[in-house]
Amino acid sequence: MLATLIRLLGDFDRAEEALNDAFVAALERWPTEGVPAQPRQWLVSTGRFKMIDRMRRSARFDASLAEIAERLAPAGAPDPAAQDEEEGVADDRLRLVFTCCHPALPADGQLALTLREVCGLTTEEIARAFLTTAPTIAQRIVRAKAKIRDAKIPYEVPTHADLPARLDPVLHVVYLVFNEGYFASTGESLTRLDLADEAIRLGRLLHELLPEPEVEGLLALMLLHHSRRRARTTGDGEIVLLEQQDRALWSRTEIDEGARRVEEALASRRFGPFTLQAAIAAVHAEATTAAATDWRQIVGLYDVLLRAAPSPVVELNRAVAVAMSDGPEAGLRLIDALFARGELADYLHAHSARADLCRRLGRTAEARIAYERALALSKQAAERRFLEKRLRELGG
Amino acid sequence: MRYLCLVYQEEKQLGSLSQRELDQLVEESLAVDEELKRSGHSLASDALQPVATATTVRVRNGKLSITDGPFAETKEQLGGFWLIEARDLNEAVQIAGRLPPAQHGSVEVRPVWDIRHQERRTDR
Repeated sequence: MLATLIRLLGDFDRAEEALNDAFVAALERWPTEGVPAQPRQWLVSTGRFKMIDRMRRSARFDASLAEIAERLAPAGAPDPAAQDEEEGVADDRLRLVFTCCHPALPADGQLALTLREVCGLTTEEIARAFLTTAPTIAQRIVRAKAKIRDAKIPYEVPTHADLPARLDPVLHVVYLVFNEGYFASTGESLTRLDLADEAIRLGRLLHELLPEPEVEGLLALMLLHHSRRRARTTGDGEIVLLEQQDRALWSRTEIDEGARRVEEALASRRFGPFTLQAAIAAVHAEATTAAATDWRQIVGLYDVLLRAAPSPVVELNRAVAVAMSDGPEAGLRLIDALFARGELADYLHAHSARADLCRRLGRTAEARIAYERALALSKQAAERRFLEKRLRELGG
Repeated sequence: MRYLCLVYQEEKQLGSLSQRELDQLVEESLAVDEELKRSGHSLASDALQPVATATTVRVRNGKLSITDGPFAETKEQLGGFWLIEARDLNEAVQIAGRLPPAQHGSVEVRPVWDIRHQERRTDR
């Protein structure tokens, strides 16, 4: 309903107020008048009329409001809220998602705005999940809305031609929400808001509205990661690495759905990086034990991923897979080549990967240096404890 | 011979002017522009909304990249200008992406501040 009101009233804040007014009116009238045959339509209509009415009354003090009100409800025009329900709602929600994730908005604003307007989270909930304050989130939302208004970002779904480029930011926002959720759920924050669930919900909504292979690929990736949530940490919140996880704790329903979706996305032949990452996650999920993991296949998938989305981080992840498939020296050579190029100097996972490979090769002194470098870069408590444990195990 | 005169200012300073001072600046600018248009010197002129409304467009390997904010590469310097008409930011960005300089440099897209009819947006 919010999405429809935003379209009808052309403004986020007005739409929120209108929705509030509509709920108030419903609480007053439905107990005596009964629930209408089409409650959603009633609410949207009521909200819209109340807002336009309010604007007309305020127009006595502000002439520009009269002009806007006239534009939103030209005299004699039929009620636009009374249009085709199903399609209209789906379109409005899609418009809302694409607008909130518009690349012209600052990235932190896209994230906050999407969680607020699409997922319906409160500012406080968002702040707690991102370990920041409500005023900080509120400011990001205000700035994002201001940019939408001032630079005239239109409230529309991109054309078919623009869709691939515009879909990317949306998928990245959803994945960011998912990844933030992981940290919140390791027990470091005080409340239990599950952003990961929120992201998956959003992924499902997106796929329903836009059945593109990459959307399905992202959904698969999130499901496969999520399937391991009970095995990733101990009861005390300590990190358990993939190779040590108790696979009996992996959720089979999510793995099955994730694997099925990966297959579908790959079959389309129009997939992208998210689908490939999901395919890699699926290979892990298929292995009944860590030793049974098909690392060759994973390396092959990373080769394709590197062509689709080249980046030092992907190269690093491939190097780790190469180490598992061809031995630690092979992986170490690749990681050191990255460092030599000046890449990933401040990326803690590069140092912890190097440390791990040196540790396996018995090169203790080098392992120690790399773990210490990783520790210096880590900001996450459970991660730090893990790295400190590794250092202790080295005898350092 | 034509010249391009570029206005640079500290937005914070402009933001700290009183409404009366701002109105006065607008009045004076419009008056001078009137004279310069009459004398044939001012060929095109406009005030711009603040940098918070800016979007930067680049095209690399045929791919259009859109980011929030003014261009900030210190290696790049101002090279030219297009004053365009567009329905909304999406259309403006598409147009900017077609400008050949976008292939090698950056094109900053900033909404014009219609000083006669529109408020100047402030950073809220």
